[in-house]
Amino acid sequence: MANIDNIERDPLYVVSPSSISRKSRLTGHILVRSTFVLMAVIAIIQGLYTFEKINFGFSNWRPLLYSYILWAVAIGYSRVLIYGEKGKRTLFVFPAVMFIISIVVFPLLFGLYISFTDWNLSSLDGKKFNGLENFYQMLSDPYYWNAMKNMVFYILAILVEFAIAFLLAILLNSQIRGRKFFRVAFLIPLMLSPVAVSWMIGKSMLEQRFGPVASLGRSLGWETPTFFSNPEIARLTMMCMDAWTFIPLMIVMLLAGLQALPKEVLEAAKVDGANKWTMFKNIIFPIMLPVSLTTIVIRIIFKLKLADIIMIVTAGGPGGATDSVTSFIVREYRDRSNVGYGTLLSFVYLIIIVIFMTILIRFVSKWLQREA
Amino acid sequence: MVAKGSIMKNNIGEKILIYGILLFWTFICLFPVYWTATTSFKTAASVTQGLLIPWIDFEPSWKGWKHLGLSPDSIFTESTGREEFLTRFTNTAIISTCASTLAIILGSLAAYGLSRFNYKFGFMRNPDISFFFLSQLILPPVVLALPILVLYRELSLLDTHIGMILLYTLTVLPIVIWIMRDQFNAVPIELEEAALVDGASVWVSFLRVVFPIVLPGIVSAFLLCLILCWNEYFLAALITSTDAKTMPVMVASQISSQSIRWWTMAAVSFALCFPLILVAIFLERYIVKGMAAGAIKG
Repeated sequence: MANIDNIERDPLYVVSPSSISRKSRLTGHILVRSTFVLMAVIAIIQGLYTFEKINFGFSNWRPLLYSYILWAVAIGYSRVLIYGEKGKRTLFVFPAVMFIISIVVFPLLFGLYISFTDWNLSSLDGKKFNGLENFYQMLSDPYYWNAMKNMVFYILAILVEFAIAFLLAILLNSQIRGRKFFRVAFLIPLMLSPVAVSWMIGKSMLEQRFGPVASLGRSLGWETPTFFSNPEIARLTMMCMDAWTFIPLMIVMLLAGLQALPKEVLEAAKVDGANKWTMFKNIIFPIMLPVSLTTIVIRIIFKLKLADIIMIVTAGGPGGATDSVTSFIVREYRDRSNVGYGTLLSFVYLIIIVIFMTILIRFVSKWLQREA
Repeated sequence: MVAKGSIMKNNIGEKILIYGILLFWTFICLFPVYWTATTSFKTAASVTQGLLIPWIDFEPSWKGWKHLGLSPDSIFTESTGREEFLTRFTNTAIISTCASTLAIILGSLAAYGLSRFNYKFGFMRNPDISFFFLSQLILPPVVLALPILVLYRELSLLDTHIGMILLYTLTVLPIVIWIMRDQFNAVPIELEEAALVDGASVWVSFLRVVFPIVLPGIVSAFLLCLILCWNEYFLAALITSTDAKTMPVMVASQISSQSIRWWTMAAVSFALCFPLILVAIFLERYIVKGMAAGAIKG
């Protein structure tokens, strides 16, 4: 990309015949337009039928979906007809772009509209535009900000997870026997479904009467081992369960980084008589910085979606102490049927995430440049 | 490890410490699995006494598995439990394999295009398109949840396999693109140029030359997708109700309704996890490779 002269030339350069007949070009345009017209006609018919202006139509909007797919295929095919070899290259990226636009962008726009309505599924009159009212309600909703605050704690916990994962990755990378066994064993928690983990750990092992962890706690002198009644302990427990599932991911990524360390540098340092700690501090850690930061960023992305185990194990309790933003919004949907408000909350969450991630990634890349 | 005298002694202490920590963590990783597996063979009495070791502490019973119709005495008889379980199991298997396959097809094509050609869609050039794909990764599912629900209702895609497959494809597509872009970048362009000179078209050279080289990478990406889709709960709970209900949803509903019957829950949870535990044991190399690919590139 750095070379300006080369920017128009593809890395894989293909000499292609540039003559494309007028006829095929025309066919391409006709294909796209006709399928678009077909889609529009179906949309209009179905729209009129839904609003009971006419008395014929389809039982649902599925035909519109089919005509949309047809239109998308026509666009793709017309690229080849119109641009020849160059169009064939477009076909590599086109399906994925089209797929994401159809299934993300349209719903997002629709969601944006819902978030400015007072749509409540339990009330009889449908959605009504109510401007910024949801927004003002959000500003004074203590539970939403409480969930946000919890997310901050959950994300800070990543630092501890990272330290544990780094230690284990270094140990796995040292000269040990049975590395294969340890690697598989360490990977297992990541394979388990959060739903199963919720039962296996949250509901049974931490059960306060006869769960093994509770028994262990009692034998260590903790008289009433309860994991979900005290807010602080409940939050800590959720952090541990989530960490348990995702530390393997961090171990694997960090281990990959450690295995790619330049051997010569380590050997040279050893010859110079560096001890383990200075070697870690002055060599391994700085070289590992990019990998470490990538790992942490990926982990944050997963953490921001945290919901399953909270929904199943504590449902946000006690008193919202373990709520993540997602689990809170789900309760808003499920228990209060407050669809408009819930959607606004999720959009505000999305905006905060985007701002946060942008700052984080910019900060990280700047830091890496300065270090390099 | 060449060491002499006092260093040697130091090394032994260090070794003990290393193995101690590793074994401790292994215990933490595996005990919940062991606990679940054994609990599924317990009876009420052995559950309340917190017994741990089968045959020594307690006599294993098939009670938990009987509920699923998978115990020796119930396996050849009609069992609604087993029917339910098998339906959910096939649903999960179908949805996650199809979604992963679709994501691999869409994702590797896009990744290949981005690594080989310069695109210009309006103002978007290659880095922007890549960013557009990867930015989907930070989109929390809850944002899409309700709009998709309404959209699916209108398209009558609620509770259908195809609806779930599309949604899951969306969630794993960025990961595939991320992994596969590095894979393609690592393949020397000269190989394809040779094929093109011989008269092959771009697509033929992709399928004949590049595809076999990146196959291991594709397997890794596929496994990662499979794991994520297999375990997904949030969207499945929202979209499915009867026909396309997946295993995590079934397990979650049983957790809230009958958590007291531990042996049954243990059997169900274990059955949910078991296929992926097997995958981890036998295909660990590929899974690790997929996750590591993202880390190194940065």
